[in-house]
Formats: sequence, C-alpha cells, structure tokens
Amino acid sequence: MWGFYFNELVHSLPFFLKGVWMTVAVSGLSLIFGTIIGFICGILRTSGNTFVKLIIGIWVDLIRGTPFLVQVFIIFFILPSFGIELEAFPAAVIALSNLAASFICEIVAGGILAVPTGQREAATASGLSGYQQLRHIILPQAMRTILPPLVGQYVLLVKDSSVVSAIGVVDITRVGWLAVQRVPEGLMVFGLVGLLYFAICYPLINLSSFLEKRMTVVSTRL
Amino acid sequence: MLEALNFRVILEYMPLYLQCFAATLWLSALSLLGAILVGIIACAMRLSQSWFLKRMAGIYIESIRSTPLLAQLYFFYFGLPSLGIMMPEWVTGVIALTLNSGAYYAEIIRAGIQAISYGQIEAGISSGLSYFQRMRNIILPQPLGMTIRPMLGQAIVLVKDSSLLSLISIMELTRAGQMLTSDRFMPTEGFLTTAAFYLVIYYMLKVFSSWSEKRLVFQETH
Repeated sequence: MWGFYFNELVHSLPFFLKGVWMTVAVSGLSLIFGTIIGFICGILRTSGNTFVKLIIGIWVDLIRGTPFLVQVFIIFFILPSFGIELEAFPAAVIALSNLAASFICEIVAGGILAVPTGQREAATASGLSGYQQLRHIILPQAMRTILPPLVGQYVLLVKDSSVVSAIGVVDITRVGWLAVQRVPEGLMVFGLVGLLYFAICYPLINLSSFLEKRMTVVSTRL
Repeated sequence: MLEALNFRVILEYMPLYLQCFAATLWLSALSLLGAILVGIIACAMRLSQSWFLKRMAGIYIESIRSTPLLAQLYFFYFGLPSLGIMMPEWVTGVIALTLNSGAYYAEIIRAGIQAISYGQIEAGISSGLSYFQRMRNIILPQPLGMTIRPMLGQAIVLVKDSSLLSLISIMELTRAGQMLTSDRFMPTEGFLTTAAFYLVIYYMLKVFSSWSEKRLVFQETH
C-alpha cells in the first residue's frame, strides 16, 4: 500500500509546488509590507510624541496578546460586516503583515534604544537634522542589533503563514490537508509538508544565527 | 463600533465561553508542564558527551523549529491513525503542543546554562561541593533567574498556539468563537469575545513576568 500511496503523492507533487509558491507569495508580500510598516512604527515609537507612543504600544499589545488564528478570523469574517469584502488571499496578506509589523516594530524600537545616547548628542552637536541623524548615525548602528532577530522574525512569518490555510488559502499546509483526504497516509503527506517548510526555513534560521555571530564579533571589535 | 455589539448574545453564550476558557487554560497548562519536561530532557541530551544523544536532540530541535506548528499538529492528527494509534483529539493536541514548545524550551534552558561562566563550576569544585550540591546551589538557581522571562514569553506563545487546536475540533476558546459565528452568524461578537479572553491570559502572564523579573532575578549590582 505504501508504494501505491507514494506514487499518488509523486503525482500530486505539482500541487505541492503550487502550495510552496503560495506560501512564498503570502509570506514574501507580508515580509515587505511588515518590514516597512514595522520600521516606521519602531522609529515613531522611539522618537514620536507620547500619544503616538501610547497608540503603538496598545496596538502591539493587542496583536501580541491574541492568537494569530483569531486575528485572521477577525479580518476575514468581521471586516465584511463593515462593508469591506475581502478575498482569502488579501485577507491573509493583511493579517500577516499586521502581525509582522507589530513584532518588527518592537525589534526596531529595541535596536534604536540600544544605541548610546552620546551618539545622538554628538550628531545634534554636529548640526545634523533629525532625518540625517536617523539615516547616517542611529540606524546604521541600530541595524547591528536589529538584523539577527529580524531574520528570525522572517522565519516565524513563514511558519505563521501556515495558519492562513484555515480561511482557504491554498498554501503548503492546505495542499497537505487536501492531499490527505485522497492519500490517507498522514505521516507521508505531512512529512512532505514539513520537508517543504524545512527547505524554506532552515536556510533562514542559519542566516539568522550566522548574522548573530558576525554582528557580535563586530561589536566586540569596536 | 461598541454599540454594534450584541451583548445579549454574548451573555447568552457566556457559559460556553467560560467552559472553553477553562479548557484553554488546562490544555495549555498540561502542555506547558510537558514542554518544560521535554525541554529539560532535550537540553540535557544536547549538552551531554554522547555524540549520538547530541545528534538526536539536534535533529529534534531543528526539525521542530523549522516547521510550523499547524503542520506538526496535522502530522500527528492524520499520521498517528495511519500507524494504527487511535487517541482522543485533545491528547493529539497536547502531544503536538508539548513537542513543539519542548524544542523552544530546550533552547531557552541551554542558553541559560551556557551563560554561566565555567569559573563558577571550578570554584564550586574547589570548595569541595559534590556534583549534586553544585547543580542544586550554584548552577540551577542562576538560569532559573535568567530564563524566567523567555520562559514566560514562550508560555504566552503556547497559550496563543493552543488556538490552533480548534482546527482539529477541540473545544477551546477559538472554537467557541467559531460556534457563535456559525450558530448565529455573528462573527464580530464571536471572535472579539474570544480575543478578549486571550487578552486576559496575556496580561496576567505579562504582569507575572515583570513581577518575577523583579523578584527572582539575582541582582548582580550589589
């Protein structure tokens, strides 16, 4: 029986590759949006006024305090009752970008706060404007703290993207779920699903720990 | 937005929510206990002298960390029956959660233990303490203080991850929201109530985390 199922699985490999493409598309788009929004919010959180800080703080807490599955359901099922109809794919990208942005915001804010205040004071004394300080003095140094956890966050993003299969986005997990209805050999089907995720995530995890080592070496040398 | 909520229906479903809230709590608590146990064992294996044990723990931790929980959950849910192992859904759910968080706990504990400088162990040996005394009085209390924050952070992640159990039809908070949605077609009431309950757990753990940080962490500044 195993051989037969294995053949079946080999035949449905194109569907799995489509699922890989979907996972990469959803997480890739969310990665771009999440990084942009996260950086903006992180910078606002460290330099904006108290009201902006408070709003961002509450938003981060709300996103961190609720499961991603519930957030996906809220965006997919509740927005239509306010007149915003969304397909599964854009709903998934919005939910995942929102999640990524809230975590990246924290990482960026932490990185900026880790830059010694003397640097900012020296930049101010040199007559640099707020934007110039950020662009040439603060961010380049903060990147050293930001980069390793940022790549780690991308791994989480790819893994969290599996949750959007619950609203019918046909990603790797969903393809596995559909395949297991035809090929009732769960170990094999989800072994393959795991392997595909592994192929995406493992290089990223290694990149993250490589960056971590490299960045610490740099900081001790300075 | 608040006046749009139908509180009568929420109140009507409150017994179900409370029951599911309790279910989420005990499912998470059980998985948490199991995960810490698995984490300690995996960490001990990873730090052991044996090449084989090290390798096994490495494979376990890496494969868990680079695949999504949902894929692992489906792996057990669809995979175990094809091996002829039948068990209730909640057992499958707790096993998946335990093994998933166990890998992360192993890494947290390892980071805590490896942060202790070797000089402390040498000092312990030269003071004539036995292995057990060194472990009990010198080594273990330190990572406990250092790792309490990441450990509680992982506990928060675990509680949120338990929402995925609703996808294999276990009665817990997210499932309650889905039921209210499908019975009355009120997704707003259903999922916002679910989110509110998760936020209660989140804030409790967060407050406990900052309290324990003050209370338990050994202050080196004295």
